[in-house]
Amino acid sequence: MKYQTQKIAMAYFMVAMALFAIQVLGGLLAGWIYVMPNTLSELLPFNTVRMLHTNSLIVWLLLGFMGATYFILPEETEQEIHSTTAAYAQLGILVLGTLGVVVTYVFNLFEGHWLLGKEGREFIEQPVWVKLGIVVAGLLFLYNVTMTGLKGKKTAISNVLLLGLWGLVLLFLFAFYNPENLALDKQYWWYIVHLWVEGTWELVMASILAFLMLKLTGVDREIVEKWLYIIVATALFSGILGTGHHYYWIGTPGYWQWIGSIFSSLEIVPFFAMMAFAFVMVWKGRRDHPNKAALLWALGCATLAFFGAGVWGFLHTLHGVNYYTHGTQITAAHGHLAFFGAYVSLNLAIFTYAFPILFNRDPYNQVLNMASFWMMAGGMTFMTFVLTFAGTVQTHLQRVQGDYFMDVQDQLAIFYWMRFGSGVIVVLGALVFIYSILVPRKEIITPSDEDATVVAE
Amino acid sequence: MTSATAAKGLPGELMMWVLIFSELAVFGAGLAIFLALRIFDPDGFAHAQTALLPALAGVNTIVLITSGYMAALAMKFPDRARRLLIGAAMLGVVFLILKGMEFQHKVDLKITFETHDFFMFYYLLTGFHAAHVLAGIGILLLVAKTRVAAHIQTGAAFWHMVDLVWILLFPVIYLL
Repeated sequence: MKYQTQKIAMAYFMVAMALFAIQVLGGLLAGWIYVMPNTLSELLPFNTVRMLHTNSLIVWLLLGFMGATYFILPEETEQEIHSTTAAYAQLGILVLGTLGVVVTYVFNLFEGHWLLGKEGREFIEQPVWVKLGIVVAGLLFLYNVTMTGLKGKKTAISNVLLLGLWGLVLLFLFAFYNPENLALDKQYWWYIVHLWVEGTWELVMASILAFLMLKLTGVDREIVEKWLYIIVATALFSGILGTGHHYYWIGTPGYWQWIGSIFSSLEIVPFFAMMAFAFVMVWKGRRDHPNKAALLWALGCATLAFFGAGVWGFLHTLHGVNYYTHGTQITAAHGHLAFFGAYVSLNLAIFTYAFPILFNRDPYNQVLNMASFWMMAGGMTFMTFVLTFAGTVQTHLQRVQGDYFMDVQDQLAIFYWMRFGSGVIVVLGALVFIYSILVPRKEIITPSDEDATVVAE
Repeated sequence: MTSATAAKGLPGELMMWVLIFSELAVFGAGLAIFLALRIFDPDGFAHAQTALLPALAGVNTIVLITSGYMAALAMKFPDRARRLLIGAAMLGVVFLILKGMEFQHKVDLKITFETHDFFMFYYLLTGFHAAHVLAGIGILLLVAKTRVAAHIQTGAAFWHMVDLVWILLFPVIYLL
């Protein structure tokens, strides 16, 4: 660790990993409710479980991005982080807010209260006081990283990273705007999560991936930067108007069907570019970096993001197709592989790269870590196929034949059982990953004389 | 490095070419869908087309090509580059004024996005194109100010893309 303030990343990564564990366990519970629908139906209804599964994902990914920023920025700008206190205060606010959200949701406290009660809009139901906290934390973060960026060296990686983070934080402000008109409500609702995952987050992803490629493959910075700019340009070109693919059936004018179809079809381009980038860098790279697990995660990230976000996204993005598949298990299949490939794997890649450095030791538990990659990637890919088949059957029975929703659900049971099974593998993989990161194996070195086995750190 | 060597052969800035290819992909897709929809409703499309003003669009074609020629000349004659680029931008303004008259004519006829698929694509494609003309005017004025050869080349590349797209839109939407 070259800069002391990189240590801040550790706290963020720890909280992120704890939430990751909660998120996948929540997913497992939701998968179980699919096959045993009465489970906890009074105590913790499915819609709450689903929301917790989704929102804890978003929160831990964001914490991971912020931790990654605190890790990457000092190395890129050759400058310590502006304020350690602000960084920890920011984390404290976010943790407090997250706990506040969970308690408010689960027990439905202060119902209807303008400040303390949960607000109605799905996924941005956070009580107003939590939303304000998120904004304060976001501004603290922007202040801190921007000051660091301004003081230090400006690189393409740090510039793109900061651009993505600014966009990310500012777009959250749309959570405060809730028009009466339901169509407008949904229109602005998508400004947040769509312009995150198909806009600003892609910038964050590309810059973190570029940083990892720079470190792991040793390819010239100039080449990495050229790729980075191409990825950023194509991501913004396609992603911003690609928001239109959420506007097909919410009451917005008909031209959105064509704007959404054309631009969102091009969203596959930046994901293809990221995959090509990762592989070309590895082929061209001369460095034989010891952290093989981090490289595996980085390549896995780029590949699974291309398939999950790019291919599975294109699968149902044309409005003629989406007319039939909207809101079926096809959407769930895409959602799972896209988030896992693009953003979960990205975070796990930077965790795998950063932790040995933060602990100030050589890469450790690599085999275990790589095993966890194959468990999670395999489980998630299997889940994606199973849900795709379920969605195809569902689309035909429900949307083409016109069968009733619940009758169709009964016929999909076999797929939901297989999905639960693959979920178990993903959860086990996640636990193996966390173990491999947090519990450094004692590396046993056998010395020349027989009487003592020195146990290294 | 492949990407670096390939990029060296390109005039102007690599990123501009990424943008140009993205633009061509979008306008190409739009035109392809327009033509595909027309196969299913040839009479409706033919009838809708009678509401257009092809003569005005023809004049606009000449305006835009002349403007593109001036941008190209700016590359050739560096000492007159500024005047030529500003001239090219002014012809862009003329194009937008004529375009505005054309849109006003449609509005007077109470033609909207919803009137017919033909007009949906008419408004989308020519509207997007007009937005690019506006952006192009800004870019031309910007490079007229700096007068760096590489910048002029990059700006002119964008402007020629705007030309090219119009040359494709004009026959497909107004004439065929």
